[in-house]
Parts: sequence; structure tokens; C-alpha cells
Amino acid sequence: MGFKQTINHSVWICWKDLLEFTRSKMGLIMVIIMPLFMMIMVGFIFPDSAATIEDAPIAVANLDSGPLGGNFTANLEYVNSETGMMTLTSADGMEDIRSQIYEGKIDGGIVISENFTADLLAGRQGTIAIMTDQSNPQMSMQVQAALSMTITQMGSGAAMANLNQTYGIPANETLAAIKPYTVEVESLIPNDPSYFQFVAPGIMAMVVMMSLMTGLPHAISYEKDTGTLDGMLVAPIRRLSIILGKVLAQTSRGMLQGLIILVLAILLFGVTIYGNVLLVFFIMFLAVFSFVGLGILITSFSDKEETASMMMMTLMFPMMFLGGVFFPIEQMPGFMQTISQFLPLTYATSALRKVMILGAGIDSIMTEILFMLAFGLIFLAVAVPMFKRAMNR
Amino acid sequence: MDEYSIVTDSLTKRFGDLVAVDHVSFSVKKGEIFGFLGPNGAGKTTTIRMLCTLSRPSDGSATVAGFDIVKGDNQVREHIGLVSEKMIMYDRLTAYENLKLFAKLYNIPKQKMEEKIDELLKLVHMEKWKDAQIGTFSTGMKQRINVIRALLNEPKILFLDEPTLGLDPQSTAEIREFIRKINAENHTTIILTTHMMAEADLLCNRVGIIDHGKIVALDTPQALKKMISGEDMLVIELDISNLTNGMAEILQKNECVKALTRLSDTRLKVQAVGANAFGSILDTVKSQGGILQSVKNLQPTLEDVFLHITGREVRDEASSKVKETRHHGPPGMRSNNRVR
Repeated sequence: MGFKQTINHSVWICWKDLLEFTRSKMGLIMVIIMPLFMMIMVGFIFPDSAATIEDAPIAVANLDSGPLGGNFTANLEYVNSETGMMTLTSADGMEDIRSQIYEGKIDGGIVISENFTADLLAGRQGTIAIMTDQSNPQMSMQVQAALSMTITQMGSGAAMANLNQTYGIPANETLAAIKPYTVEVESLIPNDPSYFQFVAPGIMAMVVMMSLMTGLPHAISYEKDTGTLDGMLVAPIRRLSIILGKVLAQTSRGMLQGLIILVLAILLFGVTIYGNVLLVFFIMFLAVFSFVGLGILITSFSDKEETASMMMMTLMFPMMFLGGVFFPIEQMPGFMQTISQFLPLTYATSALRKVMILGAGIDSIMTEILFMLAFGLIFLAVAVPMFKRAMNR
Repeated sequence: MDEYSIVTDSLTKRFGDLVAVDHVSFSVKKGEIFGFLGPNGAGKTTTIRMLCTLSRPSDGSATVAGFDIVKGDNQVREHIGLVSEKMIMYDRLTAYENLKLFAKLYNIPKQKMEEKIDELLKLVHMEKWKDAQIGTFSTGMKQRINVIRALLNEPKILFLDEPTLGLDPQSTAEIREFIRKINAENHTTIILTTHMMAEADLLCNRVGIIDHGKIVALDTPQALKKMISGEDMLVIELDISNLTNGMAEILQKNECVKALTRLSDTRLKVQAVGANAFGSILDTVKSQGGILQSVKNLQPTLEDVFLHITGREVRDEASSKVKETRHHGPPGMRSNNRVR
């Protein structure tokens, strides 16, 4: 049986699978809805950056007996009216703030110390205490950052005014006197990438992986369960044609989903692709290739559709979280980073990110390409004989 | 060897400790309709799957259409068609698309494929439904398409595993008629498995009875039936208008009676042995004051043969609830020591 016939048979099996797929209305809808859902979810639940809090309820307790505490409060209100980060209320003291946090009325509080005016007048630093709701670490960190920033800014303002009035330094030079250095961020790309820009390539890689890893074992086990696989097995075709046909069909489906994500990302979420779109598709195709062997292997091991889906899930979850789709790999503990270095999803995500966000060319992603190729080849070499054996049970 | 389509030699299949098919040897002649009879789980389907190259034998060997089922599996596949217990069809595809897929897998050229599909659809009167999705069909319609799918490659040997299971009487009759027609017109060898004894009796030239993975009897249906009627086996149906349970019990105690089945409120099926069995049974009925409406002399069926050989009845799940069978004497008495 020639190579041409093997391919020919697999194309017809793929034709059959895709035809079945297009006849299932629900299936078609899900292909569009699933990536859309995924995008909206990660696009909106993850915070952009630390500076985005708005109208966070914060209580202020002025314990200072002197006038400077009141000045500080007035200043705070003025700065806040410009940034709009907080909604300020007043409190009696530390205890009151604590109980208000317990009740969930406020996210944090500011306490101006008793000796604030006295300390400042005596040439010491005035103390401002900050308390935040630590049961919500993310929010707590943001409130802390916002408060610190506001207070530091107010401190600088006060210092600049001092320098001008006490030492006679011209007002436009006071900033350089207290903050001699300034930092400017030079980026590789025109705009600051949003979290979404970061996560979109990862989701593309992930959806391609998911549709292949769930689709392939399902496609084969389902036919085994319903008995239709016997029809193909009893025909004088190579076993390879059957796998190949199934892989072709699932690849087309996976690539279609990847494309849908790309379009949604561009149209709905303002993601810009700086690199070559063809290269993006090439990487997606390689990603599919790297998962195929694993998918076939799982199919050969599982006797039933149920077993296949369970094995799938067990493998897919760690891949999703360790592949660097949602969180940068560098933020993970050491041994997790080691594991993620052996996952093809890590490389697919990284390559897509480099090309899509940074506009990198093919020579910058050679490592990723080689790893995906190697991973795919090794697993295929193991999986295909296993599959043939499983078919002859 | 040329006269045989299938020759098996000690064909064996083990699943772990379970021996599903136990050293089975038999031959099927070309152009024959060969029936595999036996209860569920006897090893019929496993044997068929091995012969169709879907399952590798654990031991022994077999040739199908002249090719070894292991070494020549692809040549075997060229010459066989399979209608398995589960339908090999895709519900979301139309009848034509289903047939087209398999025609492509058998490398049938386009022109010939179109002709063949039309011809086969006409044969089962389904040409109207060519472009309708299989999912909208009744079970009987599906099975017709399923059967012609197995004929696309003009197989020399057609395997049919329970082809009429779950079909209504009309479709059952049509499928049986169709099987006979293919066999007569194309000289296709047909291997049929069924647990319906009547079906085997109607269709098969020869029947192999398989139980616990072994062939316990193999001959023509006539010869098998003669095997038991040869010992003066009498099978009669009595219609007694005032039949009571007590009457049936006393009848069962008659030493001529080997088995007794209550068919309905008034009808009894009796298997009896002995030179004067008939007279003796009538006497018993009379002595119990039974009003005998009619007596029918029934030919022994393959069901009776199976019962006789294995001491058990092949039950069709559906009918087992209706029938109430009573065996005369301890079950051990009816051993299979008469099988030659």
C-alpha cells in the first residue's frame, strides 16, 4: 500500500470527521463561544496594574492636636480629588479603622499620629500609619501602593515648598534638588502592553492544545465505543491512515479556534500583532504537532472515552498553569520552573508572545521551534506503535 | 482447500483468565450460509472478530478467503464485508455520504462507486433516502444501509453478527430475504451469528452450536434435528380448554415427558420420548378430565436441539419473561453425552 493511498484514505477520514463536525450546530457554536468566554474571563478578571484602583473607601483618623495634621488631611483630599483613587471618610482612631475593616465598610485607613505637628516643628519626621484589609492581598497591595504614592507625593510637595521658602531655591529647580534622578522607560513597542496583550498568545496556544488533546482521544474512543471504528479497521487501509485522518481533522479544528481567538483579540480586545501573521500560524501548527503524539498515546492507553477524558484533564491542568499562559514562568518556584521547561505549551506560548507582542522574527524563536519539533517527534515515535498495538487487541 | 472459504485450526482467544474461544476448528464451504448459534457470551462475536482481523487470536490459526488472518490481514480485509452487532454508520452523514466514505476506503473508482451505490440502494428500496441523514432513519432503515455498506467491495465472504437484533418483524423478514438473495445471486459465503434458533433454521445450510467457547455440535439443521428426533423424540402442542397448573404438574410427572413448556392459558408444548409416548400422554390428559381441543405434532426445532445438547435453553431476553419452562427430572440427567 503506497504512501499516496495512505494519505488519500486519511484525507477521506478527515473529510468525514469535519463533515460530522459541521453538521453539529451546538459544536459549531461552542467552537466560537469557548474562546470568546476564555478571552472575556481572563481579559477582565485579571488586574491591569497597581494604579487602577478607583474610589476605594478609605477612612482617615486625625489624632494630631496641632494644625499640620489638618493641613495634611486637606492636602490629601485635594490630591485625591484629582486622582479619584479613594473615597475618604473619617474615623476616630486605629481601633475604629480596624473594626470598620472587619465590617467590610472600608478597604483601609490612614492615621495621623498624635505628635504630628510637634514632631514636624521639632525637625523630626511626622508619622502617618497605614492599615489595609489584608484578607484580600491583591487589593491590600494596591491600596498600600496608592496610599504610599499619594503620601510620598505630598511629602515631595511639602519638601519643595520648604526649599523654596527657607533656602530661596527657585521653584522650578526644587524638584531636581530633592529628586535628582528620573527614570524613562524605553519600550520595544510603541504602546505599553496590557495584561491582555500578554495573555492572548498564551490562550491561543492553550486552546489549540486543548482542542487537540481533548478532541483526538474523544474522536477515536467515541468511534470505538459506538463500534464505527470497526468499519475502518476492517477496511484494507493502513492503521496510520486512521490516526492521520483524525489528526488532520482535529488540527483543522484547533487552528480554526486559534484563528477565532486571534480575530477576537484584535477586534474586541485591541491586541496588536507586531510580528508576521504567517509566522504566528506556523507556530500554532508546530504547537499542534507537538501535542499530537501525546494525544495518540493517551488514546491508545484508554479503553473507553471516559478514561480518555479523565487522563486528558489530569495532564492538561498542570500544563495550563505551568505553561506560562496566565502567569510569567519567572514568578514560579524553582522546581515548577524546571517542570515547565519540559512542556511544549511553554515554548508555544513563548514563541507566540515573542512574535505577536515583540514582533520577533523566526531566528529569535529557533529554540522554541526545535523543542516543539523534538517533543512532537519523540512522542509520535512512541505513540504510533502503541496505537497500532491497541487496535489489534 | 479451494472448496473452503474459511478454515480454522484450534482458534483460541483468551482475555486474561477467561477463555472466550477455546480451540475451535471448523471449515466453511464456498457459497455456504453458515450459522453460529449460541447464547450471549458463548464466543460467537469473538470468533467473528478474529476472522475479520479485528482481534488477534491468542492461539491457533485460520485462513479466510485463502489468506492467513494474521500474516495476510490486509488481503483478508479486501475480500470480506462485516455487519457487526453495532451499526457501522455515522448518524450526521447522509446515506450516500456514509457509503461514499467506505467506497473511498476500498479504493473504488468514482464512476464505479456512483453506480454501485445506486444499485445497492435500489436493492434495498432506499433510493429515496439517499441524501437524508442516517440519524433520521428508523432502525430497520439504518440496518438496510448498514448491510449494503458491507457489500460495497463485493466481498467473497460476508460476516453478519446478529443482523436482525432489535428489528421489527417486517425489517427482519426483509433482511433475511436479502441475505438469501445475495447468497444465491453472488455466491457470497455468509457467516451469520444469531441467538435466534428459528433464524438459523430458516437461513443456514449448516449450523455450528457454540457454548462456553467450544463448538458442541456442527451439522445441517435437518441433521441436528434428526439427531434428537432419531431417539423417538416427540414434540407436540396440546390445547386443553380447562388446563390447570395441577394438570400440567401431573403431566410433567409422566415418565415419557422430558420437557414441558406452558405456551398460554390453554396450550402446552411437550417433549416426550418413548415408543408409546403419544398414547401415554393422551391417557394422562384424559384421566385428569382434560378437554382436549387439538393436538399439533411439532417438528423439533433447533431450540430443542440446543436444549437437548446443553441442558439449557437459549433465551431471547424478550421472550424469557413470557415463557415458563419446566424441566422434568434433575438437570444433570440431560447431559450432553449423546453428542457425537
